[in-house]
Amino acid sequence: MASLVSHPDEVKVVSKRFGKGATDIDRYLELDGYKAVQKALGMQPDAIVNLVKDSGLRGRGGAGFNTGMKWSFVPKQSPKPKYILCNGDESEPGTCKDRLIFEHDPHSVIEGVVIAGIATGSHAGYIYIRGEYRYLLEIMQKAIKDAYARGFLGKNIFGSGYDFEVYWHGGAGAYEVGEESALMESLEGKRGIPRIRPPFPAVVGLWGGPTVINNAETLASVPHILLGGAEWFAKLGPPKNGGTRLFCLSGHLNHPGVYELPMGYNLKKMIYDVGGGISNGRELKAVVPGGSSCPVLTASEIDVSMDFDSMMKAGTMLGSGGVVVVDDTTCMVKFALRIMKFYQHESCGWCIPCREGTDWLKKTLTRFHHGGGVKKDIDNIQYLSENMLGRTFCPLGDAAAMPMISIVKRFRKEFEDHLEGRPCPFEKAGAAERVPVLA
Amino acid sequence: MKFSDQFEARFADMLTHYPTKRSVLVPTLLYAQDEVGYLNHDVIHEIAQRLDLTELEVHNVISYYSMLTTKPRGKFNVQVCTNIACMLRGGEELLDHCKTKLGIGHKGTTPDGMFSLEEVECIGGCSWAPAVQVNYDFHENLTAEKMDEVLDGYKRN
Repeated sequence: MASLVSHPDEVKVVSKRFGKGATDIDRYLELDGYKAVQKALGMQPDAIVNLVKDSGLRGRGGAGFNTGMKWSFVPKQSPKPKYILCNGDESEPGTCKDRLIFEHDPHSVIEGVVIAGIATGSHAGYIYIRGEYRYLLEIMQKAIKDAYARGFLGKNIFGSGYDFEVYWHGGAGAYEVGEESALMESLEGKRGIPRIRPPFPAVVGLWGGPTVINNAETLASVPHILLGGAEWFAKLGPPKNGGTRLFCLSGHLNHPGVYELPMGYNLKKMIYDVGGGISNGRELKAVVPGGSSCPVLTASEIDVSMDFDSMMKAGTMLGSGGVVVVDDTTCMVKFALRIMKFYQHESCGWCIPCREGTDWLKKTLTRFHHGGGVKKDIDNIQYLSENMLGRTFCPLGDAAAMPMISIVKRFRKEFEDHLEGRPCPFEKAGAAERVPVLA
Repeated sequence: MKFSDQFEARFADMLTHYPTKRSVLVPTLLYAQDEVGYLNHDVIHEIAQRLDLTELEVHNVISYYSMLTTKPRGKFNVQVCTNIACMLRGGEELLDHCKTKLGIGHKGTTPDGMFSLEEVECIGGCSWAPAVQVNYDFHENLTAEKMDEVLDGYKRN
């Protein structure tokens, strides 16, 4: 069980039931549970879509697309069944927020799925939870069972005449499956290889039917918008960036943890006030602002507002909310190598730029970090990464390339310090052996 | 091939969740692996038959997912995360410690079949790093000493 933290600057919306026993359906009902879905049943589907659109809720998985807009792409009439798919395949390094939602407030995700269903005229939803989160899958299985027993799911929900089924689904370990089209492949019982788009899932998705795919945190936000109103939610953050965000603070911090802060919260404040500053009295060197796929920021670039648009302007991304803080004892070449080792492991191997690019980058960085680097490698790392960008069917290639480009650009000197067979300046003698050449 | 009653009940229930039989494949393989220990030929043959798939199609899926294995593992599979958030807080040192303590390397199994060890990618314990999963149990904010306690705890069971 993951431990909870708190800070006075927090605005608890999605996390408001954390630690309050809301996995129990009666307790959830006491805490305003299942009120939003009943309200939605009395609304026109278009009105729900517009409400969510106006709230400025944007995808919490990382892409930051307007959720209401996504729902509006689903065709009204469809010869094939429409589906809602909750993405709980949380795997982006640095991200551990959906875990808390499933652990403490599973019914809010179910409610979000049902509301999305009502809004798009769908009658079935799937909640996909990554295989490693077995205890959370069990919590979700019980929550779904309890909701069925009360008549909140199934035929004629809440006596409204509307039918809606919710099913759980478990993964078996694959980062790539967090990508929406690979997620559908996985749910259909196949390898998680992405699909070519168009057609987009909103038109042709699960088993060929129109499908809405939303992150678990996105769906858990929806019931709060229904009850609190679009205006209230939108005003929690800066324009076009409604609501709050579960930020997962990790790395070299005094108080790491998952904190719910308003969108647009200052990154510097997040690190020094909320996270309690850098541990062991060290200095800040770099920050990964939203999961390992985001370009890193240096210590001088952290006075930024943590919302989708400001982060884009700062040359990086808000991503999945995983803020990884790196102190000045860390070797950025090694850091880059560890990131690349991950992407090389997770690349599905379909697109050549991603499959070959991640592999060559891992090999080059491994050799480089062990003192076998030549000056030309530095440019090659950047060149190779830049040539992966935008040349793959899914964003995994970009996710691997973006942090590399930013690390080479911002920490070129650290790469140069590894040249001419010198040992890594940050490693204790002999410790460099720890990174296996071919894992 | 015989699975537990719980497995059979869950399998029958899952088949009603999807418009195609094949959709139950990934979770079913993991539940089968939990019972048998690994996905041996008998399990693959059985599941392929039940879902009207060829064994090759099942193998094709197994090889994609990192949690699925066709090789036996220890009773307790110790999975140490060394991805960035854990690396910054001593994940690699923890992996080294486990290697020394158990006397095995990455994907190795102790001679008594009790433990196996695996270096894994992000398991979602970033804010409580370094994190380790033993089978499905999370252990977080670990140090070498705490890791010893965790391993000793499993050994006693």
